[in-house]
Amino acid sequence: MSLAHQLPIIPVITPLLAAPIAILLPNGRLAHLWATAISWIVFAACALLLRDVATAGVISYHMGDWAPPIGIEYRIDLANALVLTLVSGIAAAVIPFSFASIRTEIDERQMPLFYAASLICMVGLLGVTITGDAFNVFVFLEISSLSTYALVALGARRDRRALTASFNYLVMGTIGATFFVIGLGLLYQATGTLNMADLKLHLAGNNNRMVEAGFAFILVGMGLKAAMFPMHLWMPNAYTYAPSAVSAFLASTSTKVAVYVIIRFIYSVIGADFDFASAAFAYVLTPLAVAGMFFASIVAIFQADVKRMLAYSSVGQIGYMLLGISFGTEQGLSASLVHLFNHGLMKGALFMAVAAVVLRTGSHKISAFEGLARKMPFTAAAFIIAGLSLIGVPLTVGFISKWQLLSAAFDSGRPWAGFLIVASSLLAVVYIGRVIELMILRPAPEGELKEAPLSMLAPLWVLAAANIYFGLNTQLTVNLAERAAAALIGGGP
Amino acid sequence: MDFITFVIERYNYWIFIVLMMIGLYTVIARGNLIKKLIGLNVFQTSVFIYYISIGKITGGTAPIYTSADMEARAGGHDAAALPGKDALGEGGLHTTGGDFASAGNSLEELTKAPHSAPPAEALHSVPGAANDLLSSPALTVNDHAAAAADAAHAASNVIYSNPLPHVLILTAIVVGVATTAVGLALVVRIREAYGSIEEGELEAVDVVAEFGVESGDGARA
Repeated sequence: MSLAHQLPIIPVITPLLAAPIAILLPNGRLAHLWATAISWIVFAACALLLRDVATAGVISYHMGDWAPPIGIEYRIDLANALVLTLVSGIAAAVIPFSFASIRTEIDERQMPLFYAASLICMVGLLGVTITGDAFNVFVFLEISSLSTYALVALGARRDRRALTASFNYLVMGTIGATFFVIGLGLLYQATGTLNMADLKLHLAGNNNRMVEAGFAFILVGMGLKAAMFPMHLWMPNAYTYAPSAVSAFLASTSTKVAVYVIIRFIYSVIGADFDFASAAFAYVLTPLAVAGMFFASIVAIFQADVKRMLAYSSVGQIGYMLLGISFGTEQGLSASLVHLFNHGLMKGALFMAVAAVVLRTGSHKISAFEGLARKMPFTAAAFIIAGLSLIGVPLTVGFISKWQLLSAAFDSGRPWAGFLIVASSLLAVVYIGRVIELMILRPAPEGELKEAPLSMLAPLWVLAAANIYFGLNTQLTVNLAERAAAALIGGGP
Repeated sequence: MDFITFVIERYNYWIFIVLMMIGLYTVIARGNLIKKLIGLNVFQTSVFIYYISIGKITGGTAPIYTSADMEARAGGHDAAALPGKDALGEGGLHTTGGDFASAGNSLEELTKAPHSAPPAEALHSVPGAANDLLSSPALTVNDHAAAAADAAHAASNVIYSNPLPHVLILTAIVVGVATTAVGLALVVRIREAYGSIEEGELEAVDVVAEFGVESGDGARA
């Protein structure tokens, strides 16, 4: 058995084994180098997987050579290969980036622990994405959640509210995960299997209240994890008080993975042809998505804290993704996947720029951004690029995903949804524009203020450049997302 | 009368629902962080009970070979006849009725026991009732459990409970323990930082710290 056959296990097993070693390393710098190396290996493995899946079709890896449906299967198709690449790519950018920022924000002795927790969080997110076993999703979900609670709580050295934020996240996250397990239990009781492909075979045509209840529990549980609109309350505090690098990683990956799980369960487990799935689209997902788009964007306008503003903006952006899913069309699903990928890039860059500002000014209040375009031009420029991308200005990824969403809305006979998307984008102009205006038009603050170090600027600019590159070259994202959506809806590979 | 039977036959689900609601209510209604964690634990435990009860089969024993099985297996057959990994590795198990069935066939051969399928109703703790939870059609016949019970029955007239939900919930219990540990550690840190673990007081202190009213006194770290 050559190494190539073992490729699907590498993204999960490498960081899992590397995390305990990171704890044993004597200082933060070594742990940082170690975690960076691991994150790059994982990114390379995920990129290779994406290439293989794009050319050769679905990869099925049998854990320990136990054949599914009895054994645990890792099943990689285009949809999760795309999410895997996003998660590992963001990790490969944020972990090298984190050193300078984290060193000032947490205790020096905790740095090896920080990198161990980051690696474990990454394992969890990648595992949720890669697995084809429904219960395995829960296990990996909790692996990532538990390390996330610890990572958020690390912000307590700067602001003790990180502790209460983390506690609330723990309570909400556990309720969400437990709901998910209840849903799985109902599906298991209905079918006697936990393999996703097998579940779909057994569920086909069996439309009853038990399956419906299971689906509802899964949707609510994952909605909590994804910060779907009325269940987002844990998120602004967690993202605001977590260490800046942690916010950058979580904001661009964890909620996206939860949205991916919702997509996976709707299309690959339940099957969208069920009555209650289309009812859920029309009566649950659409209204909540629209409410989230507007409510969260309006709340974001009134925030005095840039991290909190970006967190509320994330709630709104999750709304776009859910709206795309709720169209129930191939195009809507593809737009949703494109936006999932693109939003990871934008939010990653925005939160990283904020982390650089926090490093130099010590604050993430909006007032700290005054006149920064003169003092920290590279950071400010990256923030502006990612901000414009969030609004959806042409030549950026944001435009591509908005365009896809709009054409999906009009093509599926929902012109009102198109207008709502444009209207809520205007709200993004207001809240992002407010920060950009402060950075450019206000006089620079008194005193010495250096540009962020290169170790932070380089990863930040890689993501900012990705925002433009994938806005110009849509071949990779749009093309792959369209094929992934066709496969998800068609049920084929 | 029908309604009462309906309720009583599903008593395990009622226990699950009542416990779940108690736990969820405690999490929401209590301001004390420790009490919240206890509520969370009750909530999780209710799900454990639900999983354990769906694995139970009427008359089924723990899924461990009985002495009769062990003797039968020792009688002239090597380990190849055991339900092992090889049987699983052959694939296509689902269509042939599951690995337990193929394992059961080998057991059947060696014991020469007559093969008689157990009634499907025996698969659940309440005959014919648990099958249609929420009064749905009998979709819930559990393939793997059926195959397992079938095989076990054929071998030695012993019915085993379905071990898979129990194994799943062992994992979930471990996760629950870890969550509680992290939660309690956070409560300790909150107590150190704020001097209180009452949600209301924590919020009041934070508001004072944020907006500067009564600074000095309220914002003690």
